[in-house]
Order: sequence, then C-alpha cells, then structure tokens
Amino acid sequence: MQTHTLTHLKQLESEAIYIFREVAEQFERPAMLFSGGKDSIVMLHLAIKAFWPGKVPFPLIHIDTGHNFPEAIDYRDWMVKEYDLDLIVGSVQGSIDKGTAVEERGVNPSRNGLQAITLLETLEEYKVDAAFGGGRRDEEKARAKERFFSHRDEFGQWNPKNQRPELWTLYNGHYNEDEHFRIFPISNWTEMDVWQYIAQEKIALPSIYFAHKRKIVERNGILLAESPWNTLLKNEEYEERLIRYRTLGDMTCTGAVMSDADNLSGIIQEVASSRVTERGNRSDDKRSEAAMEERKLQGYF
Amino acid sequence: MSEVLNHPSIIREESAAAVDQSYLNMDLLRFTTAGSVDDGKSTLIGRLMYDTKAIFEDQLEAIEKSSQSRGDENVNLALLTDGLKAEREQGITIDVAYRYFATPKRKFIIADTPGHIQYTRNMVTGASTANLAIILVDARNGVVEQTKRHTFIASLLKIKHIVVAVNKMDLVDYSEEQFNKIKTDFLAFSDKIGIEDIRFIPISALKGDNVVDDSTQTPWYTDGSLLSNLEKVEIDQDLDLDNGRFPVQRIIENNDFKGFAGRVDGGILKVGDEVVAYPSKETSVIKTIETMDGKIEEAFPPMSVVVTLKDDLQLKRGDMIAKADNKPSEVETLKATVCWMNQKGLSVGGKYLLKHTTTEVNATVTAVIDKLDINTMNHISTDTGLQMNEIGVVEIQLSSAIALDSYKTNRATGSLILIDLDTNETVAAGMVK
Repeated sequence: MQTHTLTHLKQLESEAIYIFREVAEQFERPAMLFSGGKDSIVMLHLAIKAFWPGKVPFPLIHIDTGHNFPEAIDYRDWMVKEYDLDLIVGSVQGSIDKGTAVEERGVNPSRNGLQAITLLETLEEYKVDAAFGGGRRDEEKARAKERFFSHRDEFGQWNPKNQRPELWTLYNGHYNEDEHFRIFPISNWTEMDVWQYIAQEKIALPSIYFAHKRKIVERNGILLAESPWNTLLKNEEYEERLIRYRTLGDMTCTGAVMSDADNLSGIIQEVASSRVTERGNRSDDKRSEAAMEERKLQGYF
Repeated sequence: MSEVLNHPSIIREESAAAVDQSYLNMDLLRFTTAGSVDDGKSTLIGRLMYDTKAIFEDQLEAIEKSSQSRGDENVNLALLTDGLKAEREQGITIDVAYRYFATPKRKFIIADTPGHIQYTRNMVTGASTANLAIILVDARNGVVEQTKRHTFIASLLKIKHIVVAVNKMDLVDYSEEQFNKIKTDFLAFSDKIGIEDIRFIPISALKGDNVVDDSTQTPWYTDGSLLSNLEKVEIDQDLDLDNGRFPVQRIIENNDFKGFAGRVDGGILKVGDEVVAYPSKETSVIKTIETMDGKIEEAFPPMSVVVTLKDDLQLKRGDMIAKADNKPSEVETLKATVCWMNQKGLSVGGKYLLKHTTTEVNATVTAVIDKLDINTMNHISTDTGLQMNEIGVVEIQLSSAIALDSYKTNRATGSLILIDLDTNETVAAGMVK
C-alpha cells in the first residue's frame, strides 16, 4: 500500500526549502553566510534545490578571518563557479587595518571574536536585511531557543526576550528601519541528520572532513593543526596523526578528532557512537559555560 | 572510495550504497511537553535524551559540575534543558526551547514549553507545530487546574494525540489505585473536549520507570513505555489528504520554463488534476510536478515542489491553487479563535496585517464575540477586548477576500497570525472557525 508519509530527511528538506522561498519573497536583500563548513554546504545545496530550475537569487557572504583551512577556500571557489553564484568576501584583516577590530594579544590570537565585527560591517555595507546561517538548535544550549527568523536590533544584537513567537509556518519577516534578521533554515537538523543527508544527496565536501594525516599539537585537550598562525609553546611539538574534522572553523581554534573514517559510512558510524558534541572540539566555546549565549548577544551566530 | 572532482581539496562520495541506509525508513514526530515547574518535565526530557544517547559526555560533565556547585544530590538532568543563563540563575524556563533525539524508527522534535499561567502564548506556539502533546501530572497531586488548561490548549490547537504522563510514581509506591484515579479524573473533563487519542502512562522520570524501558515496578501496566508509544503512534492520517491546496509561494522562471513554487498544504496533487486558482477563479490542469531530483507524478503535504499548469495563468505569490473537486471558502470576513500574544491588548476596531499561508491582507477586528476561560473551558462575554495570554473568538474584516479552510479541516490553510502595523510584532495566533 502506498503511504503518504515523508522520511524525516524529506520533511527537513521541505521545511528548509519553504523557508528559503519565504525569505527570497519577504526580504529585499537576503544573503547567505557561507563558511565552507558542512552545515553551510548542506544549506547551500538546499537553496539550490529551492530555486531550481532558477538561479539562487542572493549572494553568498564569506567572512574571511585569514585563518582559514585552505581546503575550505578551495571548496568555496569551486562551488561559486560550479553553480554560478555571487560571492561577497568580508575580511577580518580589512577590519583590523581600518581599526574597527583589534587583534587579540598573546601567542595565539583567535580572530573568532572579531568575526562578529566584520560580519556586521559587511551586512551593513551591502544593506543585507536577511542573512542565512547554518546554525542548528542541537548544537548548543543557547541555540535551542533560536527562531527560524531571528530578529536582530539596530546593533545586530539578539535579545532572547524580544523574539517573536513562531506559529505554525507563518514566518513574520517585517522589520523596522536598521533592524534585520538572521535566518536558520536547518534549525531542526541534528549533526546526524546533516551527515545522513550528505550521504543521501551525494554532496561533495572539503577533504578535511575525511580522515587524513596532519601535523597536530595537543593543547588543553584540543588537537590543533600546524598553521602559520599557531605558535608552539614551550615543551610543545607537532606530531603527525591520523585525524579528521567534525566541524570547520578557524585553524587557530578548531580541534581535530583522531579518526580513521575516510568515507561517509565510517563517519556516520563515528557520529552514531560519538560521546562528545561537535562543539566539544571548539576551544571558542570552552571559555565559559555561557560562552555561546554571550557571543550571540554580541551579534555572533 | 570517491570521485575526486579533479581537485585534491574536494571529495564527493558516490558509493552511498556502502552507507547503512536504514535511516531512509525513519519518519518524524513533533511533540510538545506541558507541565508545571515541579512536575519534573525537564527531568523527563533530560531522561529521554540521555537514554537515547542524544546527550554527550561533555554536556553531562558540564551539568555534573553545575549540579555539584548548586549542591544537588544527584546529577540534575533538568539542567540539560534549561538553556539560557538568565533562566539557569532563576531556575525557571522562560521560552519555547526545541530539543532533538532519535531512535532507529523516528526522529523526534520536542517543543519544550514552560507551564506558568503567564506563558499561555508559549504553549500555543509550541503546540502549533506538534503532532502530539505530553501532559505531565504529578502522581501525588493528580489532575490540577493547570492539567486542564494544558489539555484544553492542546485540543484547541487540534493536537490529535495526547499522552498523560503520570510522573513521580515512585513517590506513591507505584500505586495502581492512584494511577487509575488520575485516569478517571482526567477522562471526566477531557471527554467534554473531544480528543481522539489519549494514552496514560505511569512513569518516574527520575528513576527511569516506563520512560524508555518497561518498568518492573508497575506489573499492572502493560501498554508500553513512553518512548515505545512515541515511536508507534500513527500520524500519517493526521494531515488533510482530501482537499487539494497549494498556496503559491514564488514564481520560478528560467528561459521557457514557468512554474509555481510552493508547499502542498492539503490533498494529493496529481499530474492531470483539474485545478482552480484563487482569487481569479481561472481553471487549468496540472501539467507537471517538478523537483530538482526529477519530475514526480503526485505530491502531498508537506512537500515543497514546483507545479506547472497547461494554461498560462497569471498567478502571483499569495494566490491559491486548489483542486476543483473540493474548493476552499473565499471570505472577506471571518471568525477565528485567537490567542493574544502581546503586551498591548486587542481592542475592537484595531487594525492589523493578517498573514495566512503565503498571503498578507489588511484586517480590522470588528468584534470580540467572547472570551474563553481556560480553566473551565466556558465562553464568557467580554467588553474589554483581549489581553496578553487571553484566548477569545473574534470577527475579522479583511481588505480583500482570501481562500481558506476551517482550522479543524486543515491546520495549514486554517491558521493565521496578526501583525502589529507599528511594531511589526506578531501579536496573535488565530484559528479559523
């Protein structure tokens, strides 16, 4: 007997497509934040589906910290060419040179906090009124209450007490002058959903998600890759290990995991049996228990 | 292992057959949880997530630390779900939070809503997308006013499946008698509001009885654990598969191609179906149903697709394509049950923007017919409009006609929101009578 039930992935896909189309219609200048990470890759794939056979009707914005994995940049450039997309690059170095952002002091300065500054500057420069992000509610406690349409005030700040109720799928994108929205089409996806969808849709990924050998130093329980921005501390040295990445951020703060999963099957098994959250490998969240909430209030995703 | 796209940095794996594909048989259940602060709701959610491995070691470590510093005796599973710093400090939940877990059969999305009286709007929000509601009852206290209130809101939002989780059974010695009394009390009032599927489950969220696994403490209970009920409840008949509805979301054009993008909100659309478009009432026939993955023969809720028609109709966003055999109502005035969600109350004569499916029209509230007492479920007359967290029946005049169904028939084409013209805030949730 034929049933009229969709699998969970089909339902999540349909929900995201619905949101992309709503935003394209409700806003004047949407743009998609694209990091080259798997969540933004899945998001882009969904956007391409939403507007097919038409073209994606908004540009991608990449906030370039200058501390990227080169594989992520290669991937970004390949996608842009392959799907005839428009790309805007916002440079953290540019904000530093202008004096609007100040580099952290210390041996291994992270530019994570500075991203928010460049992001807000870029959104303002292009008058973006709706910025898509690949945030998922399962990632972190502060994100569990995030809306699909997340309202930001004129300072780009998120106020948990001033969010509009989201009823059914009636998304209200009306805003006052100088306000804008962040849009999270894959809010309801978990890490496992993302990987299952990548397998189902045969989506291409940056190679760093698959197991490979890399020079690594272990610091505070986090495996950091060798990079021009990472200075070894006393008694530290790089060792070659078989690793892969579960999330993709800056080379200065994204930790690798020891893994021999060099294909999707292996990765999905690993995710299924994993006992630490993805963000457990991000040193930016470890600074305090409420770290994410505080950074969100400041305009970070 | 993979097709490398002539680029060392990019990998596309084509051999997806090598991946265990059992997830292709999983579906999705959205449920909401309601209960008062002390009913153990957060502990229950923590328990479901912990026992289904949706909680990770680092999260557990973080709450172990917090539990210790608070002086809690056991690891406080409730801390897993209390998201924001402000709430953790105050020890209460102040907004709808969404949680996720999965079993091999289903993915679950929990809309976790706080139970305080002032947060009716949160429960309405959480219930609006839910297939099922879990109502928590403290076994010691039985059915209280809040239980009735939560059940009533769930029924108002047309949630078809209710699970009454009688919690803290360990504190009443797993008494069958107490459980049966609660069941009788509950049915005495729920019979009046007509919910099709109600299940009662004796649990202890703290000890884990009947949450994931069947408990040995309740040999008199044989209808399965909470999780097995959540896995088994059938929801595929809950959507409206009879009345074909396709609100136009966007026009997609590309060279010679012109199609209407949207989500099927009702019925099963098939190639060759006769359709009528609103508001123009022009008729045509579905020529193709398209997706990026290929053409399909039929589409059903909640699929997002692109529909092409045999005739070149000049449709725009907000128009509704309906199957000609079962037409929607086209109205300029309507009655709706609304839940008021804003500090600034509703007064008769108030003007708003009304959002319904993909359309927006100007609207005036011409009358507040009555107000609902959500404790007694009685309709009471009012001449004061509606305040925040109040529910009532109103009459609305629209600036132009829209095509809709009653909320009872279709939750997607029978629901609306009102938007304040000055602040742009969503001020009300409405269900068409």
